[in-house]
Amino acid sequence: MDDFAIRTEHLTRLYKYRPVRGAKTQRIIEALVDVNLEVRRGELFGLLGPNGAGKTTLIKILTTLLAPTSGRAWVDGLDVVRDYRRIRERINMVAGGESTGYGLLTVRENLWMFAQFYGLDSRTAYRRIDALLAVVGLSDQAHTKVSNLSTGMRQKMNFVRGFISDPQIIFLDEPTLGLDVGAARDVRRYIKEWTARPDKTTLLTTHYMVEADELCDRVAIIDRGRVLACDTPAALKRQLQREAIFDLQVSGFLSPARREQLAGLAGVQKFTATQHDGTVDLRLILADESVIGPVVTTLTGDGASILELRKREPTLEDVFVALVGRGLAEDTRQVGDIHLSEERE
Amino acid sequence: MSAGVTLFLRTMMGRAYPRIVGSVRQTSGFFWETVLPILSVTAFVFVYRALNAPEAYIGFVIIGGAMTAFWANMLWSMAAQLYWDKEAGNLALYILAPGPLMAILLGMAVGGMLWTLTRAVVIFIAGVLLFGVQFSSANLGLLALTFLLTMAALYGLGMLFASLFLMFGREAWHLTNLFQEPVYLLSGFYFPVKALGPWLAAAASLIPLTLGLDAMRQLLFPAHPLYGFLSVPVELGVLTLLAAVFILGARLALDRMEMRARQEGRLTESRS
Repeated sequence: MDDFAIRTEHLTRLYKYRPVRGAKTQRIIEALVDVNLEVRRGELFGLLGPNGAGKTTLIKILTTLLAPTSGRAWVDGLDVVRDYRRIRERINMVAGGESTGYGLLTVRENLWMFAQFYGLDSRTAYRRIDALLAVVGLSDQAHTKVSNLSTGMRQKMNFVRGFISDPQIIFLDEPTLGLDVGAARDVRRYIKEWTARPDKTTLLTTHYMVEADELCDRVAIIDRGRVLACDTPAALKRQLQREAIFDLQVSGFLSPARREQLAGLAGVQKFTATQHDGTVDLRLILADESVIGPVVTTLTGDGASILELRKREPTLEDVFVALVGRGLAEDTRQVGDIHLSEERE
Repeated sequence: MSAGVTLFLRTMMGRAYPRIVGSVRQTSGFFWETVLPILSVTAFVFVYRALNAPEAYIGFVIIGGAMTAFWANMLWSMAAQLYWDKEAGNLALYILAPGPLMAILLGMAVGGMLWTLTRAVVIFIAGVLLFGVQFSSANLGLLALTFLLTMAALYGLGMLFASLFLMFGREAWHLTNLFQEPVYLLSGFYFPVKALGPWLAAAASLIPLTLGLDAMRQLLFPAHPLYGFLSVPVELGVLTLLAAVFILGARLALDRMEMRARQEGRLTESRS
């Protein structure tokens, strides 16, 4: 038996589309490029990246919903292209923001329906449904029609749906999206407990770094379809141990000229700037503490004042910033079209 | 029972369930599904009466009116349903689960049968009560066999159509419209298909309802054998063949289309 629950080799997925109907050129989006990953059995593995990074594409390939353009992938030792039927007996998936199911059915009825697609007898199905509804705090809504649920409640129901088949490998694509703080905490706790059971593997995609940090045994940082780093959260953060991380808030507006000046300062390795109404939040990765002086001088040069300055320990988001030069909150698709190319017929 | 058969049956019942519940909980549908079709059947009855057509034609219209429900159920509640399920995100979950897609499709059909059968029975009863149509009950066994073979071929064809929806999405919508009214004409819903002439009637026989209706009419109105297109045994033979071809073809087409849809990224809406 393969030691890995999930393995990919040079996995690539391209999407072709015509920007204009009837156009002679096709645009190619590189959703995944040469992805090599190994997820061990029993591991809670995280994929961390901004929207549009390729996380969902990877999950779609691994859950047999999408074929790779090239390269190979195995789930529970089975090839995703050839053995897709056998893979489906072993996996399940939950995606954040799902609106699946039928509004006229109650929560319990909907979940029973999905349990039937996995061949569960009704007794087992209802036992698991009731237990899982209690986990996510939805027992009171068991007999409520799905059309009457709030977004958060619906997301909880979807979460339950993913686990009723008791899969060997669960794929969780932003599972806490739309959940309130308490519910997200309950969900995270359950994911951790579930993966602690023998031979249960979880692949979790998220753009919440705290979630990845808290839950995952290992994390792969992915951006524009490429895996940039893969290690334990602690090891990833250790990469930044020699650097000094600062959060800084200044008043006013960060002009492009000032931004360029900041980027050109010796010792400023990476930084992100988020403009708010009248203030700018900066996250700075500096070669060492001494660089903060010239940074402050540069920022206050045109009359802006420092509102807050804080040195702190590196987070996974800092690792991401250090690797790609921008924050997780920035949507890859909005950043530019670097991962687009064109093909003329 | 083998695990495969159990999975198939449970998947089918699972998908049938929302339809059954919908039929029971949305009782207003009863009006739309029964009263309105009776009106269109009634219109044809008055046309035939005004033309002094043979009384058997009234019976033909009643049978045709009852059977249109099955064509509509197959077309809208089965073949086209994959498009809606894709839009809602359910299709991905069907594909992801080990339950076969054919069982999902059959579940849609079985679930929709509650209304469809109700509509057929109501039209049938209305025909007897309102227009005094007399049916022969001499060949009930053969009639049941004809009905079952027609359904097998019809829903086999429906599954074949469903494979198109995996690929074409919204474009297939036009196909559904195309398959509705012209089929009402070609399959002879409101007149004996023999009236189309031998070549057109033979071509129309590819639509399972054409021969199914013709055979049922011959069995229910044995006093008018001249209106039949082919003999009942021949029609049953062709229906058996059609059922086998459509069901087998659907299985192959669904597998092939699913494979293509996976390659082209068409099983889910989002392309992120």
